[in-house]
Amino acid sequence: MKTEIHFQAKLTSAQSRTLAVLVGSMIPASDEHGVPGADDPLIFADILKSLGRETVAIQQLIGILDERSGGSFVGLPIEQHQAVLEPVRQEHPLLIAALITATARCYYRDDRVMHSLGMEARPPFPKGFEVHEGDWALLDPVKARGPIWRNPDRE
Amino acid sequence: MLLTIIKPRIERPLSQLERADVLIIGAGASGAAVAWSLAETRMRIVCLEQGDWVKPTDYPSNGRDWEERQFTDFNINPNVRRSPADYPINDSGSPIKVVNFNGVGGGTILYAGHFPRLHPSDFRVRSLDGVADDWPIDYPTLEPWFALNDRMMGISGLAGDPAYPPKEAVLPPLPLGHTGTTYGRALNTLGWHWWPADTAMATKDYDGRGRCINLGNCMAGCAQGAKASTDITYWPHAIRQRVELRTRARVREITVDASGMANGAVYFDVSGVEQFQPADVVVVACNGVGTPRLLLNSTSNRFPNGLANSTGLVGRNLMFHPYASIRGFFDRPLDGHRGPHVGTWSQQFYETDRTRGFVRGFTFQFNRGMGPALTAMVGMMTGLIPWGSGHHEAYRMLFDRSISMAAICEDLPEAHNRVTLDPVLKDANGIPAPRIEYQLSANSRAMLAFAIERGREILETAGAREIQSEAPILNGGWHLLGTARMGDDPENSVVNSWGRAHDVKNLFIVDGSVFVTSGGVNPTATIQAIALHVADNIKKRLANLFDADA
Repeated sequence: MKTEIHFQAKLTSAQSRTLAVLVGSMIPASDEHGVPGADDPLIFADILKSLGRETVAIQQLIGILDERSGGSFVGLPIEQHQAVLEPVRQEHPLLIAALITATARCYYRDDRVMHSLGMEARPPFPKGFEVHEGDWALLDPVKARGPIWRNPDRE
Repeated sequence: MLLTIIKPRIERPLSQLERADVLIIGAGASGAAVAWSLAETRMRIVCLEQGDWVKPTDYPSNGRDWEERQFTDFNINPNVRRSPADYPINDSGSPIKVVNFNGVGGGTILYAGHFPRLHPSDFRVRSLDGVADDWPIDYPTLEPWFALNDRMMGISGLAGDPAYPPKEAVLPPLPLGHTGTTYGRALNTLGWHWWPADTAMATKDYDGRGRCINLGNCMAGCAQGAKASTDITYWPHAIRQRVELRTRARVREITVDASGMANGAVYFDVSGVEQFQPADVVVVACNGVGTPRLLLNSTSNRFPNGLANSTGLVGRNLMFHPYASIRGFFDRPLDGHRGPHVGTWSQQFYETDRTRGFVRGFTFQFNRGMGPALTAMVGMMTGLIPWGSGHHEAYRMLFDRSISMAAICEDLPEAHNRVTLDPVLKDANGIPAPRIEYQLSANSRAMLAFAIERGREILETAGAREIQSEAPILNGGWHLLGTARMGDDPENSVVNSWGRAHDVKNLFIVDGSVFVTSGGVNPTATIQAIALHVADNIKKRLANLFDADA
């Protein structure tokens, strides 16, 4: 049922560079966990390809950051990014939510990331998953208390 | 023969299709059940459905982008999903947004598969608690239809739930897993009720469906076919019995003849061409928003305020079930995204206890955890996962370690909560769209607050940390009820006790619109039981179906 809606908006090259900086600052690479950052070329290509409905919101976000940076967010020294970004995060939660959504859904389906979490890099179907049965004796106290339903014919 | 319709706005003759004995509008939970039940009569039955079939291979669980697609083409909110089958809904006047699915199977495609019945007390709320109205039918009336529906849908569960009168379980319950075990221990400590949920997930191969293999993500459709959506339960049986299901057929209006009887429906076919389907009986099964929308769009000289709307009640008394969501995180791995979202429930707080500050009650639906991407989204949006170098450590403290619950609160009928037609918004075919006006009542607010406190108590008892709550859930308008209520008094209801419109003797409504009250449970089991009850009455009364006193 792939939707027939098409999203025409695309990021410019400059906007893409800014987005790469943003997602890399959100989820950086980690040697300790053996994972790439969200600005890893493969992951970032997936983010760009999958933007769709979030494109306009992310364009707005980048526009605000550029404006508050005197023209170019990525043109600022990296140590100044946080000072510009933090108030925007507070003031524009919906735009930030779009950025988080666009980043997280691609980052956490990357093979390397999934493996680092102990997951198999595959879709749920057709293999599925195991869920342990549990101990049905846990219900014994509930059974012992007896019926609790309200019988309207007895009131 | 050219069509004769009382409305003047049709400027060209419509093609006239072969007459149907019964025309059903909507192929979801109730439309499928009524089609299957009536099929044995060998009447000519046609069902018009505005959406299409969904292929199992199209469900998100087939791909690596399965989490993403919950937010795009399988989004539960039609205003976000915007598929060609969807119609827009102006819900800006409601704190709860309507969610639905338009296609064969209707809402059962995207529902969680939680499958409780209404309780006996739900049909007698006026008598028992002095609020709203009693239903014109009761639990024993519906009991055989509940049971039949459970068999048709292949419902899993465990017999002996103390919160219900005795009832049979068709299939074994879903596994408890770490989630059910965690909740069960906490509730036992508190001395509160809990039980394996009745669910629509087949736990064994059943009627051509594969058993549940714990794909999770049930609310974006089941690629395995284990979840009982009516496209794979009722419809194959109905179609084998020669019911015709016509998809991509969006009904604009139900038409009436000079005597005020329904005589068919005008619809747009897959090519956008208007067609007229004549019929002797019309059954509406479009849900609690789609049905009043259709009736209000069906105006004529005879029914200037909409079909079956002489009381002005069509669209009024909309009930949603306000939801509270409570989530907690643990220091150990749990089920995560593996397995059906639902699994156990508690009805400790279902019945009225006035010391709580509200009447009626709610069900706790206990849910498993989140997938990897959703964990990150929730964690970052709630501040539990920071940006930057602390991201990975914080993420690993949350992933696979959360469980949640939903409190499904009884929503009492209020006339000002309603569906009307939007004066501006229209769908792709130019049909006026529904507009929702809805306010939470003081009773609902008190119930939600109480539910959150009890939910926190359960999670704290279970050992959770970082407990979060939300009420009402914004995209929580799953249950669309009450907008064409049933009753014995034609002055105070739209349909009678067996679904026939008081105003139009060959018009039937079988979806959640006919609910008098909402109960505090997911309504699909009751909607389908009512549809089977209405179909049974139609079959029994065929000889005098249209009589005033039938």
